[in-house]
Amino acid sequence: MAGAVVPAIRIQREDFDVAAEIACLTKGRADIGAVVTFSGLCRDEQGALSALELEHYPGMAEAEIGRIAAEAVERWPLQGLTVIHRHGKIAPGENIVLVVAASSHRQAAFEAANFLMDYLKSRAPFWKKEHRADGSEGGWVEAKEADDQAADRWKKHSD
Amino acid sequence: MSTKLIYFAWVRERIGKPEEDVDLPSGIETVADLLRWLKSRGEEYENALQYPDVIRVAINQEHVGHREKIAGAREIALFPPMTGG
Repeated sequence: MAGAVVPAIRIQREDFDVAAEIACLTKGRADIGAVVTFSGLCRDEQGALSALELEHYPGMAEAEIGRIAAEAVERWPLQGLTVIHRHGKIAPGENIVLVVAASSHRQAAFEAANFLMDYLKSRAPFWKKEHRADGSEGGWVEAKEADDQAADRWKKHSD
Repeated sequence: MSTKLIYFAWVRERIGKPEEDVDLPSGIETVADLLRWLKSRGEEYENALQYPDVIRVAINQEHVGHREKIAGAREIALFPPMTGG
């Protein structure tokens, strides 16, 4: 593999185009054999939710996702990696997060994307607040124990 | 030396401000000391930091544990467990 992969990380209010992000990683290359994408979308919770408001810690959000992405690049033979996380008010059906991992073979791409998402959930400084469809005040989404456990399974034995 | 404290999500809402500069009294050496001191500063802090164990902390934009020393910190952020992704 020629040169170290520099992950592309963007924290933005605007939506993203999944196909365009894949094309951006693969354009002009013939060495990539596998691209795995994960898109996280806003659910309406059976009609109860009108929007999610995503608060983030500017500066640290980029830095922390950068640290997680750097670890992924070190652990798997990736040829490209893009992570985009939106903030602000997001309506049901809209995109929230995107991970695109490219590699020669599928296993590295699948695992790296999975690892990225597990770590983003428990370590990237974002917080979701619910806006309810009936106009009542929604609360802050509570962190799930299962998300911490999902991240823990990637820990190396030496950690 | 004054230290910038930044709050997010329900910690910010309960304290009632997004950030503030504070002069830490002597004897505040660790994150746990800071949380204990802040909690004594009034009802809104007491309310936000009622269960200090759940509060996550970052020093200079990196996650730290509650036993971490805070000497030299420019920016300390307090927030609930994260729910991004």
